[in-house]
Amino acid sequence: MFENFDATLLARIQFAFTVSFHIIFPAFSIGLASYLAVLEGLWLWKKDEAYMKLFHYWKKIFAVTFGMGVVSGIVMSYQFGTNWSVFSDKAGPVIGPLMGYEVLSAFFLEAGFLGIMLFGLNRVGPKLHFFATLMVAAGTLMSAFWILSVNSWMQTPAGYAINDVGQYVPADWWAVIFNPSFPYRLVHMVLAAYLTTAFVVGAVGAWHVLKDDGRDRGAQIMFSMALWMAALVAPLQILAGDFHGLNTLEHQPAKVAAMEGHYETRSGAPLILFGLPDDEQERVRYAIEIPKLGSLILTHSLDGEVKGLKEWPKEDRPPALIVFWSFRIMVAIGFAMLAVGLWSLWRRWRGGLFEDKWLARFAVVMGPSGFVAVLAGWITTEVGRQPYTIYGLLRTSDSVSPLGAPAVGASLIAFIIVYFAVFGAGTFYLLRLMKRKPDIGFNDEDIGPTRTAGITPAPAVDAGRVMNPAE
Amino acid sequence: MEIDLAFIWAGLIAIAVLAYVILDGFDLGVGILFPLYPEEHQRDLMMNTVAPVWDGNETWLVLGGGGLFAVFPLAYATIMPALYAPLIVMLLALIFRGVAFEFRWRTKRGKFLWDWAFAGGSLIATFSQGVALGALVQGIKVANRAYAGGWWDWLTPFSLLTGVALVVGYALLGSTWLVMKTDTEVRDKARLQARLTGIGTLALIGAVSLWTPFQNAVYLERWFAWPAMLFSGIVPLLVLLCAFLLFKGLAGKRDYVPFLASLGIFVLCYIGIGISFYPYMVPPSLTIWDVAAPDESLGFLLVGTVVLLPMILAYTAYAYWVFRGKVDPSEGYH
Repeated sequence: MFENFDATLLARIQFAFTVSFHIIFPAFSIGLASYLAVLEGLWLWKKDEAYMKLFHYWKKIFAVTFGMGVVSGIVMSYQFGTNWSVFSDKAGPVIGPLMGYEVLSAFFLEAGFLGIMLFGLNRVGPKLHFFATLMVAAGTLMSAFWILSVNSWMQTPAGYAINDVGQYVPADWWAVIFNPSFPYRLVHMVLAAYLTTAFVVGAVGAWHVLKDDGRDRGAQIMFSMALWMAALVAPLQILAGDFHGLNTLEHQPAKVAAMEGHYETRSGAPLILFGLPDDEQERVRYAIEIPKLGSLILTHSLDGEVKGLKEWPKEDRPPALIVFWSFRIMVAIGFAMLAVGLWSLWRRWRGGLFEDKWLARFAVVMGPSGFVAVLAGWITTEVGRQPYTIYGLLRTSDSVSPLGAPAVGASLIAFIIVYFAVFGAGTFYLLRLMKRKPDIGFNDEDIGPTRTAGITPAPAVDAGRVMNPAE
Repeated sequence: MEIDLAFIWAGLIAIAVLAYVILDGFDLGVGILFPLYPEEHQRDLMMNTVAPVWDGNETWLVLGGGGLFAVFPLAYATIMPALYAPLIVMLLALIFRGVAFEFRWRTKRGKFLWDWAFAGGSLIATFSQGVALGALVQGIKVANRAYAGGWWDWLTPFSLLTGVALVVGYALLGSTWLVMKTDTEVRDKARLQARLTGIGTLALIGAVSLWTPFQNAVYLERWFAWPAMLFSGIVPLLVLLCAFLLFKGLAGKRDYVPFLASLGIFVLCYIGIGISFYPYMVPPSLTIWDVAAPDESLGFLLVGTVVLLPMILAYTAYAYWVFRGKVDPSEGYH
């Protein structure tokens, strides 16, 4: 049934599908691991049981998310070899060791201490347990460090040589790891992960604040913490994104031209707000523009010259329509996040943070926004790298395994069915975990051996009213 | 003296894969045995014996894949497409069993579904691994730095046999693990299963060993070449010794002996495979030096590995130590 398909296209769809699903989980678990560390740290410092309750609340959500991240991540570590074997052979000597370091310094650290973090509080005591939580959080960040270095090298390769069998080989490891786009991408992604988590935590807090008329203390704590993150990190993220964009302009100007929908090279270029880039006709249809603003943003000068896609032969350009729109979706969400943050600051100043129903409703709606922004951002940068896997060096069409379309097509369908079934169920369970009340609720079945003294008595009275999470 | 980095790395990757086989081996084995324990509290208990450590166990598989990519990219680029179908099936099966650890606690109505996902995923993942191993022993056609065989080359009677052998072998590891980690009726049942899978494992080891030389006569030569012969003479004797300890342990009171004896059998078989392969990484054509990345790559990763691997072993051992001893049935995690 796949005889008429192009195996390369199917392999690309498969990679895009599996990596898009995968990135959702680490984007959440990187931030959530840090959040758990903060909650446990506050508990140890302030001796306030509320933080420990929140820790247990989010710990279960973390466990489900992390499990899905692990299994979808194992797929990624084999996907390079199964579907992109030529790329693996050529790029392996450079990016392979970086991924090796990711496994050794990050994955083992996370997995090794995860068991203690989830099940070990009573066995090792609070201090060692806190250490385990910190190690899990450090592991997630270390993982981001290495994998983003790998991705950045594919965007802006540096520090390499080419050997006589055509492999890229390392010449300068420092230049490989700290390649030109890496610092920007790392900051942008880690902030994105923190924002993603903050908006999930904020939405869950807001949901319970709304349902409980702002009386649930656990809901208030997480709502307030999340809004501080939104207020502080959203502006930082916009700034980081701007720097990242300027870095891309320097190293991958074709990607920026596609993001902006510029086909013609011109000085004093407009900012195209909306429109439909048409790669065939090489123009943006239905464009709504603001004169000169494009040049101002990209070159910080009204008459700066901005390169258009026509600078490159057609076969060397990324597809503009996807990149143009995914970029706009990401930016729009970024500003919506900023709006939530500013709104919360205004409410803190004027009072009534927990009484403002519209702020809480807005926060609930924004709950999944981080995931959408992360995916849109990755689509922008990955599609914008096309038609290369290693920018300017190795074409996507030259990277693929010598596979037949039926093999890739069959595995693609299997991945789609399994991912939607398994991760669909996982999302359902996560939402149900988030529906539990944060302050009232742990019934016995739910908390198990990790219960600390003094959590249950008062809530137990309310147990009948609490939705049983296992129903 | 020149340091042979490729040789060192071949040893390290071999250790990583061995660590994976014995660590994930027992928790996959627990999954394979799952359907034989119909009681819900028994299943909860079985799950809790492996829940704190399975993540770490599976990380060795990522190290095997990622490590191969890093230091033997050509082996990675030829083995993966050659074993495409069994590897994809293995990955999908691992997804089902991996998520089951958390999902089955999150639902009452759907719990049986995730029990099946755990059991079925464990069984299929193990079988796929065994098939992949058999296909590798058979040999992989390579031309111009790429896989040159067909999509069904991996599927032969021999690879199906190795698939079955690994299922029975992991079931042995799983049952002896349960003997070590549980009490009362689960342990009694596991003891019986350990006896049966122990006999099965030994029979299948024999069958695979007798069949392997017919895959490629080179294997026979390697076994009886000096000095490997010294070893190929001793390995079967040591396997028999481990088998003796296994059955003696199952009859005795020290519940950790059968598990250690089963681990011994696995390690010895693994060494046997190593002797058959060396110095090839992708039999029958590519040696470890053919597929190795340049020394700059090998050296760079080795520096960190020398520091990180002992740390990993230390905190992994610590995690096992924290959760040592029999699992208390009343002490469910969730």
